[in-house]
Amino acid sequence: MIHNDLNLILPEIVLSIFAMLILLIGVYRGQDKKTAILTFSTAGLMFVLGVWMIIDTSLSETAFNNMFISDAFSRYAKALILLSSAAVLVMSLGYMLRHNLGRFEYPILIIFSVVGMMFMVSANDLMVLYLGLELQSLALYVVTSMRRESLKSTEAGMKYFVLGALSSGLLLYGASLIYGYSGSTNFQAIIASLDSSSVSLGLMFGMILLVAGLAFKISAVPFHMWTPDVYEGSPTPITAFLSTAPKIAAMALFARVVCDAFYVLIYDWQQVVAIMSVLSMFVGAIAAIGQTNIKRLMAYSSIAHMGYALIGLASGTVLGLQAMLVYMAIYVVMNIGTFAFIMSMERDGQPVTDIGSLTQLGVNQPGRALAMLVLLFSLAGVPPLVGFFGKLYVLRAAYDAGLIWLAVMGVLASVIGAYYYLRLVYLMYFGEKQDASLDVVKSPVLSGFAATAAVVMVVGIINLFGIESAANLAASSLVN
Amino acid sequence: MDYFLLSIVTFIPAISALILLLVARGNDHAAALVAKRFALFATGVTFFVSLFIVAQFDPENTSFQMVEETDWIMGFKYKLGVDGISILFVMLTTFMMPLVIWASWGVEARVKEYMISFLLLETLMLGVFMALDLVLFYLFFEAGLIPMFLIIGIWGGANRVYASFKFFLYTLLGSVLMLIAMVVMYAESGTTDIQSLMSHQFSYNNFGLFGFQILGGTQTLLFLAFFASFAVKMPMWPVHTWLPDAHVQAPTAGSVVLAAILLKMGGYGFLRFSLPMFPVGSYIMTDFVLWLSVIAIVYTSLVALVQSDIKKLIAYSSVAHMGYVTIGIFAANQQGIDGAIFQMLSHGFISGALFLCVGIIYDRMHTREIDAYGGLVNRMPAYALIFMFFTMANVGLPGTSGFVGEFLTLVGIFKVNTWIALLATSGVVFSAAYALWLYRRVMMGDLIKEALRTIQDMSLREKAVFAPLIGMTLLLGVYPVLVLDLIGPSVQTLVENYNSALSIAGINGDAMIASH
Repeated sequence: MIHNDLNLILPEIVLSIFAMLILLIGVYRGQDKKTAILTFSTAGLMFVLGVWMIIDTSLSETAFNNMFISDAFSRYAKALILLSSAAVLVMSLGYMLRHNLGRFEYPILIIFSVVGMMFMVSANDLMVLYLGLELQSLALYVVTSMRRESLKSTEAGMKYFVLGALSSGLLLYGASLIYGYSGSTNFQAIIASLDSSSVSLGLMFGMILLVAGLAFKISAVPFHMWTPDVYEGSPTPITAFLSTAPKIAAMALFARVVCDAFYVLIYDWQQVVAIMSVLSMFVGAIAAIGQTNIKRLMAYSSIAHMGYALIGLASGTVLGLQAMLVYMAIYVVMNIGTFAFIMSMERDGQPVTDIGSLTQLGVNQPGRALAMLVLLFSLAGVPPLVGFFGKLYVLRAAYDAGLIWLAVMGVLASVIGAYYYLRLVYLMYFGEKQDASLDVVKSPVLSGFAATAAVVMVVGIINLFGIESAANLAASSLVN
Repeated sequence: MDYFLLSIVTFIPAISALILLLVARGNDHAAALVAKRFALFATGVTFFVSLFIVAQFDPENTSFQMVEETDWIMGFKYKLGVDGISILFVMLTTFMMPLVIWASWGVEARVKEYMISFLLLETLMLGVFMALDLVLFYLFFEAGLIPMFLIIGIWGGANRVYASFKFFLYTLLGSVLMLIAMVVMYAESGTTDIQSLMSHQFSYNNFGLFGFQILGGTQTLLFLAFFASFAVKMPMWPVHTWLPDAHVQAPTAGSVVLAAILLKMGGYGFLRFSLPMFPVGSYIMTDFVLWLSVIAIVYTSLVALVQSDIKKLIAYSSVAHMGYVTIGIFAANQQGIDGAIFQMLSHGFISGALFLCVGIIYDRMHTREIDAYGGLVNRMPAYALIFMFFTMANVGLPGTSGFVGEFLTLVGIFKVNTWIALLATSGVVFSAAYALWLYRRVMMGDLIKEALRTIQDMSLREKAVFAPLIGMTLLLGVYPVLVLDLIGPSVQTLVENYNSALSIAGINGDAMIASH
């Protein structure tokens, strides 16, 4: 029934048509002069679709011969992706215009990337998985190197592209092995063909290669090498985008692949995921200590956070997936707030990323410093802020699944990680006086986002804004 | 009123801090004065309202009173309540905070932020003592690190950065293990309600782990995880090293709060969690804790003798006095635990007052070196008198509250282990040595230092701050029943439950005494 099929992917269709429409508008009417209005309308549309995903409560349905699935899990991930992308678009516009990056292609590429992510989280077949992943990645490679005159930006794009292509290669090779040994590309057919007592070596290889490809996308150690360079080189709004929506999409896809297609092999992938999780937490925590560039620091911070989210995934239970989904939502809010702050870091009209420039911010601009203080403590997972509950959630899931050693590793890494967040607090509040302090950037949008994120971190402890039940619904739709 | 009384007391300071944050403007002297007055008013109101808690408290009822309960996230509960063990810590907090604020009248830098930090800290400390849910407790317990980190870091001394990081990371490392233990407890018992957990018997079957035989099984491991956190907080030897640094670098008010209230969280934690929830684990680890405490008493007293910094000396003396507290708690009998609670309260008044005393001369001379002083009695008679009084109380002179606490804990431990009692008593002698020697070097003799010739005696405000502390120290010294009647029944229930849990586990509490 083609009608039903099309109905199910209506949000994706709407977004794609909109992208082509604004491409035409951009090309024929005014080029970059229209960037502001195009960006805002894109964000508006994403917001509307995101809200649609939240209020849509239909059951799981598949389309196109089971290649595409729409269930509570995919809707949860899509809502997060759409809302966070909308937020990043809105807050990045001012920055883009101020620094001569206001090209009309920017919102268009972001839309294509988001459409790719929406396909990723709804993939029920290896082919759709790859289609979504590549659509997402190709758009991102381009936006990463958007600042064409900057050596670092083009270098970031190049690195991202080369390593991304490598990981796609791994993933494709894995997918072809899986197809060869199970006889199908459909997730349900794969799981049906698996017999946990005798798994062929080829299939195991395929699964591991697939996992490696996905681990690259969420920048889990040891596939994290690209992250600091790309984060540092890209224009800050792009970094903000990279650290939010694509991470949710890749994590959701990861969860779907291991829980839907390979759930029978849980003891095999559980080890792999758990090891990657421990490595990510520790590398993220330790490598960040030496960083002086706040964007590189945030890169390691997000590596560490992905490690914590992987704890939830490694549990492989409903509670574990629920924990992972809650963690990702909290992570995204914290990152949006933090990047809103980083985007407003300027000295003499030029963006700065050196953490030394934060000194004495607590005296010069107490409001901004306070918002950042709350966000940093939340990132560090110190109670009573919401970031702590994300960690508590995954720890509980780990114990529940019998992975208590993983939980112990998690808390130890969190103590090490606390150090570099504290160092930023130290610079802002009790660093030595310096001559050059940050400009007072008058941007109500950026301050608004940072302040809102900070308030969410405090007020959220009352009931986490009800995200628990949504995450529970999503997780139980994936693991039965 | 009586239904939400505990929440009201807990959140008055936090709401005041929010008002101060949103409303107060300006950086001039007038704005600073407004912030100070407002904070004093807020803490005063908190103390006043908290008096209603005592008024409504029924000492004969050994269960939790004035309980408030609401569902929270993840199956946890927002649950507050007080019993005979916690009520006095609540009162100690609300009593000390106005004095702390009043004593920081001289702060000139970033007054608004200073007051906000202290108000938030008060809410968090009150929450620790009232929380009846594991996660809620942990939330308050850990969150206190944030304002304290800022207090040390922003308003501290020359080496404040090092001290604030050490304080934060040390205590964080201690408490994350407790967090894991809490996750385990929740999974094992299905609840985070402290009241239900007290009656839940965790498994104590021995099992092997990495080739080691764990006596007491889960209970011992849980005990150790909690111990890691509380021992750092207390602090116990050998994890006490953050305390002298933090004390020396913190501003006066920060030191007072640290010594008077924050250190008590460790002792309170032992009484609220370790003994009632892991009786077998506690029993197995008793000797270990007692010996650590004795080493702390003797070793840190000796270390205190050779300090050249007044604040550091008092900090080490704090560690020694906390040693009596752990000895009393793990004596696990009525006198011991009564004494431990009493010692914590009295140490709150006395060490708080001693840090205030140091603050007074530090404000005038900007040095804490003992060598920089001498002969102060000639210019500052009132100060000398007050300092003498608290030095004596610190030594444990009969008639002051310090004596009652030490005496009760020593009586308690003497029934259990005479060797420990003997060694611990030697600490009393050492404490007299370092305290009196300090007094002689700072106060006595001729005033020969040139810089001290113009030093002023205490102002009326400074004297007034001490008045309530002197009053409480004397009152509890001559009339300890005031406190003992309040805590007695709850402590008795605690001891009875502890012993009955041990006898169910096949361990006879009396046999333990006989074996030593």
